[in-house]
Amino acid sequence: MADISANFLGIRSPNPFWLASAPPTDKAYNVERAFEAGWGGVVWKTLGEAGPPVVNVNGPRYGAIWGPDRRLLGLNNIELITDRDLEVNLREMTEVKKRWPDRALIASIMVPCDEESWKAILPRVEETGADGIELNFGCPHGMSERGMGSAVGQVPEYIQMVAEWCKKYSRLPVIVKLTPNITDIRYPARAAHAGGADAVSLINTISSIVSVDLDNFSPNPSIDGKGSHGGYCGPAVKPIALNMVAEIARDPQTAGMPISGIGGVTTWRDAAEFIALGCGNVQVCTAAMTYGFKMVQEMISGLSDWMDEKGYTSIEDFRGRAVPNVTDWQYLNLNYYTKARIDQDLCIKCGRCHIACEDTSHQAITHTVNGARHFEVIDEECVGCNLCVNVCPVEDCITMVELTAGTDPRTGCPVDADYANWTSHPNNPATREAAE
Amino acid sequence: MMPDTRPVQDSRISAADRSDNFSDLHPPLDRHEALVEADRCYFCFDAPCMTACPTSIDIPLFIREIQAENPVGAARTIFEQNIFGGMCARVCPTETLCEEVCVREVAEGKPVKIGLLQRYATDTYMARATTHPFARAASTGKKIAVVGAGPAGLSCAHRLATLGHDITVYDARPKPGGLNEYGIAAYKTVDNFAQREVDFILKIGGIELVQGQVLGRDVQIDKLVDDFDAVFLGIGLPDTNDLGLEGEDAAGCIDAVDYIARLRQAGDLGALDVGRNIVVIGGGMTAIDIAVQTRLLGAENVTIVYRRGKENMNASVYEQELAQTNGVVIRHWTRPVGLTRGDDGAINGIGIEKTGLADGRLVGTGETMTLPADQVFKAIGQKFDPAPLGALGIALEAGRIRADATRRTSHDKVWAGGDCVAGGEDLTVASVEDGKIAAMSIHAALMG
Repeated sequence: MADISANFLGIRSPNPFWLASAPPTDKAYNVERAFEAGWGGVVWKTLGEAGPPVVNVNGPRYGAIWGPDRRLLGLNNIELITDRDLEVNLREMTEVKKRWPDRALIASIMVPCDEESWKAILPRVEETGADGIELNFGCPHGMSERGMGSAVGQVPEYIQMVAEWCKKYSRLPVIVKLTPNITDIRYPARAAHAGGADAVSLINTISSIVSVDLDNFSPNPSIDGKGSHGGYCGPAVKPIALNMVAEIARDPQTAGMPISGIGGVTTWRDAAEFIALGCGNVQVCTAAMTYGFKMVQEMISGLSDWMDEKGYTSIEDFRGRAVPNVTDWQYLNLNYYTKARIDQDLCIKCGRCHIACEDTSHQAITHTVNGARHFEVIDEECVGCNLCVNVCPVEDCITMVELTAGTDPRTGCPVDADYANWTSHPNNPATREAAE
Repeated sequence: MMPDTRPVQDSRISAADRSDNFSDLHPPLDRHEALVEADRCYFCFDAPCMTACPTSIDIPLFIREIQAENPVGAARTIFEQNIFGGMCARVCPTETLCEEVCVREVAEGKPVKIGLLQRYATDTYMARATTHPFARAASTGKKIAVVGAGPAGLSCAHRLATLGHDITVYDARPKPGGLNEYGIAAYKTVDNFAQREVDFILKIGGIELVQGQVLGRDVQIDKLVDDFDAVFLGIGLPDTNDLGLEGEDAAGCIDAVDYIARLRQAGDLGALDVGRNIVVIGGGMTAIDIAVQTRLLGAENVTIVYRRGKENMNASVYEQELAQTNGVVIRHWTRPVGLTRGDDGAINGIGIEKTGLADGRLVGTGETMTLPADQVFKAIGQKFDPAPLGALGIALEAGRIRADATRRTSHDKVWAGGDCVAGGEDLTVASVEDGKIAAMSIHAALMG
């Protein structure tokens, strides 16, 4: 059996599945239920400064989009950080950590962007026995209007400054949680790195309006006819998160910095993909909020079984294996030719491949051959784009087959076995200049 | 044992069970079910379902409209091709039409439930909409007579009315709807749907309905041809084929079509006379409908006697299984050879003979047996009566009216469609299409 335990910044957990800082980790009751269900760790819901707690709206906090049969694909929220008293949270964190010493317990923190505020709270957090702190620089709604959350995370200089304060006033490992509501994720990651942060976690939620009520023209969730942008999460955001993780993992300035992957992790497979892009663990929220804590059991068995199948004995065996394969477009092999192939035994003749190709792409799939309904790739037109594969409702019915010899029937060019990319392509102006 | 002398049904089935038996055969989808089912549609290119539909309803489009939560738009898409979309959703043998060729039927044996989705859309429209989906074109001043207010006649009338013509529909029965009102199995069209649908269709305006007008008796075709710019005949098949057996005139030997009509019009199903042992002769939809309905009314033993094999039956496999699920025994390769009558003259049995093929021809094997029967239903097809066509010289073919591809008869002012036309499929949906095609042809002929 594979060992799926994780060691992130020296923080050990029996598995790499942590609950992200969010409603599921707002109090001892929830967190202990999560630990009973098998979660490896939690990031406690974000603590604010001492004094009167924040207040939440008293109407709906969530909006969603759904796939077939109301499968929840994306969730957004306008909930703020914990609305419970700081002292209550600190006391419960202390008690829970004592009772569950083998599980990771991280404190998420968001206090005003001044040194005194951070200096005040950090020792209190350390007293709880928490294993580390996560700086919430990501929350895009509500708190950002007060100069916190993503308002900090969008300014690299602030990230570096606060990270430095945290390292100065706390011995705990510091994780900076990044907001995706920024043009280039590498800048805040570099700032966290420069500030001495031990790790980054990403992504926080994406600024979003999940839907508009067409009866009263209010954004959803609607609070008395008005709506505010919320933070979007769930399966729909995973591709965005994977890209941002990869950008940081392959950036020379931040390469090797530990990453806690967040964003739409729903199954073991999602988790494995984040880990393959370099993450030391993953954080989960929406999936747990949709299905309850028991879902972690599928993640545990799924990851373990996959690792056994592949012969990986530990997380480190495959962590980061996909990072070297993330590259810039200019380095993609232009001598790699593929053509779509339709398996006629599997084809159910829905014709989606044909109409997608015919209407919107390259007119490379037939609909009729010898008077019969028949869908077949026309190699002379097929650019190998993969659209047909993606719109086909039957798995593995259409596959992309590599041309390894001969000529491409579309271009008439011989298939060259050697790698060649844009940087040396004759059409590249830079190449032409160099030649001149 | 003392004979049971209680009223024929009440001793066998309670009123509550009977009512339950005649509830909706396929309960409608609710909104969520419809959305989930609509999501299963692949929105195929040049969709096979659409090709299979005799009225060419744009099925992928209307399902997509349901999926996008626009059932009213979905219904309009349906009605554009088939104004009887509501009834067809209930009675079409979808298992041999759209759903048979659904790519998901081919792929996994589970087609998209097109019929139920169509019903969801059309029911939603009819429940919600206060207006008719279509507006009439400006009046053309042309007058057209339609004979028969069944699916063919009303489909034709509706399309012509939409195009701006004025229509008078003459119908023989007390109520309009034709077989929708008098013929279809009760559990397929509950809650007076046939009449509600006629009301909906008439909302287009420009259609005058005259009931109780029998062609050849109350209205004469030569006068219609003189008085109107065009005439459409959707007069169906009035007569049932006889078995050709002695004793066929006995009270217990019943025309299944007549009985179903009585059943459909019965205020109290418990008042219908239902035998204990029933034998149905035939292999089509009428045979199935009478067999199942008499079982549901409380008959103890119902047997369908059909002279050929399962695959030869006009009733679909689905319908055959429906009968069997309801406890009907289907005896293939048997044919009736004689009715037996008791001392009181009433039928008490039917002799049947096993059949087989000899040189491709159906022959009796000589092996016979007698089934007890207090009612024998004739369901071996219906036939056309040409007498009402008078001396107008309208040509027949195979005993029915000959019509060309545009449903025009040999008389240049007369069109015809539905069951009364040669080559008809005896399907509601085919009759609707006939009416539609004829209307377009009439319109083209009148407007040049």
